[in-house]
Amino acid sequence: MKRILCLFLILSLMPLSLASCARKRETDKNVLKVAVLESAYGSEMWRQVAKAFEEENEGVTVKLTAEKNLEDVISAKMKSGDYPDFVHLATGREAALTETLIKGNALEDISDVFEMTVPGENVKVSEKLTDGFTSTLATNPYSNSKTYLAPMFYSPCGLFYNAGLFRERGWDVPETWEEMWELGDKAKKEGIYLFTYPTAGYFDSLVFALLAEVGGIDFYNDCMNYKKDIWESDDADEFFEIMEKLLSYTEPTTVANANNDNYLKNQQLILDNKALFMPNGTWVVGEMSDAPRAEGFEWGFCALPAAEDEDRFSYTFFEQSWIPKESENKDLAKKFCAFLYSDKAARIFAGSGAVQPLKNSADFVSGESKLFYSVYEDGASAVMGGFAATEALEGVSMGDTLFSSINSVVSKDKSIEKWRSEISAVSEKLRKVKK
Amino acid sequence: MIRTSSIRKKNAPFLFACIAPAALLCGLFVIYPAFSIFRISLYKWGGYTREKVFVGLDNYKILFSDSRFLHSLRNSLILLLTVTAVTLVISLFTAYLLTESSLKLKSFFRVVFYIPNILSVVVVSAIFSAIYDPRRGLLNSLLSVFGISGPLWLGERELVIYSIALAMIWQASGYYMVMYMAAMGAVPKSLYEAAEVEGAGSLRRFFSVTLPSILPQLRTTLTFFVISNINISFLLVRAMTGGGPDGASEVLLSYMYKQSYTNSSYGYGMAIGSSVFILSFAVCAAVNFITRPRD
Repeated sequence: MKRILCLFLILSLMPLSLASCARKRETDKNVLKVAVLESAYGSEMWRQVAKAFEEENEGVTVKLTAEKNLEDVISAKMKSGDYPDFVHLATGREAALTETLIKGNALEDISDVFEMTVPGENVKVSEKLTDGFTSTLATNPYSNSKTYLAPMFYSPCGLFYNAGLFRERGWDVPETWEEMWELGDKAKKEGIYLFTYPTAGYFDSLVFALLAEVGGIDFYNDCMNYKKDIWESDDADEFFEIMEKLLSYTEPTTVANANNDNYLKNQQLILDNKALFMPNGTWVVGEMSDAPRAEGFEWGFCALPAAEDEDRFSYTFFEQSWIPKESENKDLAKKFCAFLYSDKAARIFAGSGAVQPLKNSADFVSGESKLFYSVYEDGASAVMGGFAATEALEGVSMGDTLFSSINSVVSKDKSIEKWRSEISAVSEKLRKVKK
Repeated sequence: MIRTSSIRKKNAPFLFACIAPAALLCGLFVIYPAFSIFRISLYKWGGYTREKVFVGLDNYKILFSDSRFLHSLRNSLILLLTVTAVTLVISLFTAYLLTESSLKLKSFFRVVFYIPNILSVVVVSAIFSAIYDPRRGLLNSLLSVFGISGPLWLGERELVIYSIALAMIWQASGYYMVMYMAAMGAVPKSLYEAAEVEGAGSLRRFFSVTLPSILPQLRTTLTFFVISNINISFLLVRAMTGGGPDGASEVLLSYMYKQSYTNSSYGYGMAIGSSVFILSFAVCAAVNFITRPRD
């Protein structure tokens, strides 16, 4: 009996010893564990970039994980202590893995990456990057000069419309909100609604750009940093006035389809000439490429109309990459991050439609994308970033309050005053736990 | 007496060996995770970092002042009541109809009614999204024939949860119908014959013979109803509305997911999970108590 028990114990220890061998192998300094989200750009470009990095660095192996549900794949491993060395996963995803790690101070400071020389080139990363991209709350979430997230692929966001319809009806694209309302009234007489939106989450780009318009970049930054009583200010008055008016022009079935299952139906309203404008990003073109469309349809894109005597703004959404603090191969991960800004990598990325915020990115962009990426050359200013990092506050979410509530405002279940007071209350709560 | 005890002692290792694997698995995959959920719910924790702050019962206190949680609880209870009641009636009725009637296509209907249950929740969600479509949907097109302008089934705050309930009823009815048919098939024919001799009609036979005879199975399915309601409602809400519009269709598990992940409040999410655990147990216990056999 004792002998059997001993044998059983020894056998049960075997998997443990094997597991420890496996762990040891994974800490090899020449193996870089890279985990990337397989977004609309696909995963092939990452495979090519990984291969190019291996060619540049003899003896280095990139162990690439590219998944559409990346959070599900890596989070379980992370909980057991097996962290990737480099991750490409933006903020704003439902699983909010990146935000959780920001709130838990679990990201590595990568400020030094931007002072590194781009592998294979004679220029620093910071010299290649477009100005302003590493001084936003989306890269420096703790409102200081330290960068924790690298800006990777960017996409100008604004209002998308059917340029063919405007040409056919002889309408001008509105440049001010007054012109916008006039157009809304004119279009309504022809059975076309002024506005629709895919889901309430898409309002981030519109809200952020509008905040910058009505009160300037300082006001926008104050809102993002939860400044006391900021949502009760005069600039906020103007913001809520414009929002109330804009939402009153919303196509009536929009709310019913403003969810992850049906949002394409709202986007289809633009292609069917049932609505004129929707907030969106450049990815919408690929997303709707197979959808039926009205005759003469042609994508148009513009920044938000200007508030009274103010500049026009367009929000720039960008995806971020980061290195977990628990990574066991940080130096190689930083080198890989710097390599991603090389011309070699930029060309591979651009081949799949992913454009990086590089000063020479125009060299890699072609076709329809040129129209979208030229929005800033047409007089609009860029607004970037998002809300400052806070400690997690149970049951309190600025995203739900600021964006999801818009559905209730459109369906008239919530008054604009109630919405405003809720935002103000949440901002006040988050201000107290700001990092 | 002595003999029985010695037999027991003799068989003890064998009994232990039989029970041990199941007990071990149950402990590892049921009891330990359940205990972990309760333990984590006492911490303020994002779920990934090593930084955990013990907050005692604070997460539970927040639950009572969190209007979105209370709304999710309300929605879960609405679904629990409406889906259970309506599905029970429909599946009992159809099961009785198919068992009693002399329909030639009995097997065919049994399969047809069961099909929704084998469909993936994503497919069910796509079917009902198409039915509820405000512009081209089946429901609003049908209403427009009678000159009625249909509502926004997934867009109106007060209506959306009942739209989800309808999809759940459609999905579950066939499953319970088959279970009840099996139970009804086991009722001795002599009871029906005796009832017929006594002059009982079809309705009387159902209430006086069928229903009392299948009561044990009915009690079991009520427990199934509670568990499946909580799980399926989460899947359907995630796939169909994402909890929207503005949290109007949020249910307990979907809100737990949002808090645990999207809001980085894993500890609070586990407090919601614990509440779901307690609620399911309480409802099952209450149902079992109310429907207990009385002599």
